[in-house]
Amino acid sequence: MLILTCPYCGVAAEETELAPGGEAHLTRFGPGSDDAEFESYLFYRENPKGVHFERWRHANGCGKWFHAARCTNTLEVFGTYPAQTTEPPAALREAISAKRPGWSWRSFSEET
Amino acid sequence: MSEPMTALGGAVYDGVVTVREAPATGMVLLRADLSDSAVQEAVRAVIGLSVPGQRGTAFAGSTGLLWLSPDEMIILGSHAESRARVAALDDALGSAHALVCDVSDARAVFTLEGRGLREILAKLAPVDMAPDRFAPGEVRRTRLAQVAAAFWLRDEASAQVICFRSVAQYVFDLLSDAADPANELRHFPR
Repeated sequence: MLILTCPYCGVAAEETELAPGGEAHLTRFGPGSDDAEFESYLFYRENPKGVHFERWRHANGCGKWFHAARCTNTLEVFGTYPAQTTEPPAALREAISAKRPGWSWRSFSEET
Repeated sequence: MSEPMTALGGAVYDGVVTVREAPATGMVLLRADLSDSAVQEAVRAVIGLSVPGQRGTAFAGSTGLLWLSPDEMIILGSHAESRARVAALDDALGSAHALVCDVSDARAVFTLEGRGLREILAKLAPVDMAPDRFAPGEVRRTRLAQVAAAFWLRDEASAQVICFRSVAQYVFDLLSDAADPANELRHFPR
């Protein structure tokens, strides 16, 4: 059972209150992009074993979208943060680095 | 204006707790940034209550405020008053980015009365109902079995549940079944 704390209403919501929204921090390629970019936006996902960033919606709750960082291997949740951002907050990345030295995910890693 | 009709005509079930459909309740929905001081002042001027904080409620008589999300609040009151309240709030909010809407007929309201209500709600919702984790004054939006709902405790022996009107019968049946004396739990200290 996954329990994520919604950053908007502060509820430690269990999975049945939430709706999954797939991978976080995708860059959208729409009209004007070339086929390769559009294909990567539509289909290419990290699907990692380990540190992962996802979008979730507190559907049976305040209704807000938010981001969550967790480990797909152990289901450990590193933290959640609001959706109005293009990258994980620095404090969260430091917390992940402390627990998973050498992690990397898309353009984010321990060093950045 | 025509007589307001509740979804179930005031249905009642007497069990571990008494489940009762509340009379027609006025509900005004406010969508606006609740941390905006202009919005807070408008609400205080029109309703006479301060905007509650995260998951908070505020009550004075039959008027109540329910915090639903950082930009969503429900104002409870009498059914007859709500239309005038929408106009007054619209005026007071002026140019603030806000939406006010009379949603009095959109939902069903249930009252639970009796000491066993924490167990009743704990059976249906993924919420920690322990007395030190969920206290009167907090409103919780969640699900009851398969549908969205919200509830708050008025005190240890009475709670209110709101859900969409279209699922009123389902929620009444859920609450009644959970309150069946044959299914009584005594998990929390009373």
